[in-house]
Amino acid sequence: MPEPQSSVASSGSVDRLRNAFGGVLCTFTLLLIGVLAFSIRLFSVIKYESVIHEFDPYFNYRVTQFLSKNGIYEFWNWFDDRTWYPLGRVIGGTVYPGLTLTAGTIWWLLNSLNIPLSVETVCVFTAPIFSVNASWATYLLTKETKGPGAGLMAATILAMVPSYISRSVAGSYDNEAVAIFALIFTFYLYVKTLNTGSLFYATLNALSYFYMVCSWGGYTFIINLIPMHVLLCIVTGRYSSRLYIAYAPLIVLGTLLAALVPVVGFNAVMTSEHFASFLVFIILHVVALVYYIKGLLTPRLFKVAMTFVITVGLAVCFAAAAILVALIASSPTKGWSGRSLSLLDPTYASKYIPIIASVSEHQPPTWPSYFMDINVLAFLVPAGIISCFLPLSDASSFLVLYLVTSVYFSGVMVRLMLVLAPAACILSGIALSEAFGVLTRSMKFQRPTLDDVSSTAGDGSSDTPTNSEMVSKEKPSKKNRKKDRDSEGSSPVDHRTEEKLLVLPCGPSAVGIMLLIILSGFYVVHCVWAAAEAYSAPSIVLTSRSHDGFHVFDDFREAYGWLRHNTDVDDKVASWWDYGYQTTAMANKTVIVDNNTWNNTHIATVGTAMASPEKAAWEIFNSLDVKYVLVIFGGLIGYPSDDINKFLWMVRIGGSVFPQIKEADYLKDGNYRVDTHGTSTMLNSLMYKLCYYRFVETDGKGFDRVRRYEIGKKHFKLTHFEEVFTTHHWMVRIYKLKPQKNRVRGKLKFKPSSKTSSMRKTGGKKSPWQ
Amino acid sequence: MPRATSDAKLLIQSLGKAYAATPTNLKIIDLYVVFVVATALIQVAYMGLVGSFPFNSFLSGVLSCIGTAVLAVCLRIQVNKDNKEFKDLPPERAFADFVLCNLVLHLVIMNFLG
Repeated sequence: MPEPQSSVASSGSVDRLRNAFGGVLCTFTLLLIGVLAFSIRLFSVIKYESVIHEFDPYFNYRVTQFLSKNGIYEFWNWFDDRTWYPLGRVIGGTVYPGLTLTAGTIWWLLNSLNIPLSVETVCVFTAPIFSVNASWATYLLTKETKGPGAGLMAATILAMVPSYISRSVAGSYDNEAVAIFALIFTFYLYVKTLNTGSLFYATLNALSYFYMVCSWGGYTFIINLIPMHVLLCIVTGRYSSRLYIAYAPLIVLGTLLAALVPVVGFNAVMTSEHFASFLVFIILHVVALVYYIKGLLTPRLFKVAMTFVITVGLAVCFAAAAILVALIASSPTKGWSGRSLSLLDPTYASKYIPIIASVSEHQPPTWPSYFMDINVLAFLVPAGIISCFLPLSDASSFLVLYLVTSVYFSGVMVRLMLVLAPAACILSGIALSEAFGVLTRSMKFQRPTLDDVSSTAGDGSSDTPTNSEMVSKEKPSKKNRKKDRDSEGSSPVDHRTEEKLLVLPCGPSAVGIMLLIILSGFYVVHCVWAAAEAYSAPSIVLTSRSHDGFHVFDDFREAYGWLRHNTDVDDKVASWWDYGYQTTAMANKTVIVDNNTWNNTHIATVGTAMASPEKAAWEIFNSLDVKYVLVIFGGLIGYPSDDINKFLWMVRIGGSVFPQIKEADYLKDGNYRVDTHGTSTMLNSLMYKLCYYRFVETDGKGFDRVRRYEIGKKHFKLTHFEEVFTTHHWMVRIYKLKPQKNRVRGKLKFKPSSKTSSMRKTGGKKSPWQ
Repeated sequence: MPRATSDAKLLIQSLGKAYAATPTNLKIIDLYVVFVVATALIQVAYMGLVGSFPFNSFLSGVLSCIGTAVLAVCLRIQVNKDNKEFKDLPPERAFADFVLCNLVLHLVIMNFLG
């Protein structure tokens, strides 16, 4: 019968055309999302210039320069003698190579195609490129869980979320730029393996995990989250052979690949961060064996086997657990690294590791920062969680677990809101997509134009299902009905009847759609504002707008440029550790301490020197071969992040190692003060003198615009240091150590101050520099 | 007590009978897994005798054994005709995936062996 066949064929071709159109639309939307993600991160390049931001990116930039100049073997074996003088730093073994290798590869590829981009340009634009990749990976992950509509929604939201923008603007050349892409892509491959059970995707998953290990120390999140999810699946009775295929090869291959990266090395099998994965590996094998034997035996025999195994197995388990606990308990930190411990116990860092506690990124976030960073998503996420439960699949339970753990960690450290951002975006994308789906469906089914199957509000739905079901069984003669149903674009019949039961009235659903669009509009406006105003400052160049015009403060680069051109190659510069990376990268000088902060004692030495009186500080710096000392001073223009405000950390860190620095000596009524009420130890310290030397000449009174009072000691001379350079707005001040006098006649003449007596008082424990 | 021993004997007998009914290709894979695990145990015993330096060689040796065992178990899962989830996966595809994954694993092992 040709007629029904042609109708089936034409409805089939209509379906194919519809699918093709859908695919093209999807691809085009993904392209637009990519363009959006890239361009929203370009505000800093437009407002300032194409420059590397902050502190850490300068180190990565320097490493990438070295890689591009000397090749990969030199990079792998590089021992850097220009930082942490005189200790040096093994770069090959202590840096996460993913970011630099990625940017180096892009640079090499472009240059071999004769597109002569400089290393700096490639470094600046690496982050926006990888955020494009991250949004596409989000689309793939959400599509695996809930379908392409939710995927597109989630990808759009991630392209704009301010939390991710803050760490991936053009110029923010830091590990998170590629690590977030690797995180989402690894999760996508894991979910894909879980859904399909294909060993091919399991291999790709392990390779993507390897890329994540190369890129960021946060890979421990993955290697603990996935075992948690496997355990959750086992406990809730969702064990399947796909779970085994998704997890077991990942652990074996992943551990090996992680051990390949020099930074991780044998930590991949010896630290507590990885023990959870091994434990769940064993548990999974036990469960798989149990299910296999259950399939072989009859139920009665299976019960017998279980009782037998449990008695023997428990005994063995207890013995093994006792050995493991004894091993772990014997190490002081129970096998965990300091950073992981500070995540699990938020108060750990403030008690034991002042350096971790001093970084502002490691403080717990305030409530407003949640609204600033993920905005509207904060209340769309619970709707997404509910939507994940109807129906609950392995993939959606994984997303819920990911969200819950990342919410906890984001509450411990502000910096980890970045890990929360993809989870929040995915769940909000799911929520919004479901909401739009319900509302548009209810509007579609209430249109009066089509045939009587889709009549008014959902009232008559009880008899129409049986009607349409009968229709589906009489295929050949009802080709009209079938064509009409196809032209509505519906899926199988019983699905459609279910949808009809969820129908809302037409008016409210139109209002609902309008309101959702307005909500998304608010989100977009906020994201663009946050990207333009809040997160695009390069912090190496400052701007301010005042009544007499627009000012640009380029003092940092001025100072580093002076250092680069007016000092010898081998001169050593001492400053607080914040500026180490910038000094080595831009001024090309050897520094004493830098942002890597791996040696607490060395940092404490510099802190002690800054907090000591001039002569003691000179002794300390001379023993380290320092020639120049650099301080940041914001008192003239009101820049609040200067060294006087950071001074409390110098005292605390120095005091934690050298007992002659006592914090109480610097406090007056519990405050650090530099005016006339300040303690004499404070007013005699090197930091005070270097910052405020000749400051009184600027306005005659010495009014500090940050601290908002006049300084205490106004007229003083420096005996052991001489000023060599002060930048235009007095933000960076560079001093040189005066060489020792040739002749010392009799008693050394120096100003009698409390320092000698306080040092004599400490008696037994003398500092090594006296 | 005697009931327990007779139960245990009955258990082992029925396990043996049920296992004998599995197809030959699956039994070959099981034999391979047993061989690989035995190799791993021999390596651990050797490490106990002579010490664990160089540690990366020991780790790569043991993990290569465990890795091939895991991959062989995955192959067995995918090739097993009783497994309803994989009934439309051709066994050639399963074997190709197995070979690919083994290649990646051994590439990493070769690199890590030192």
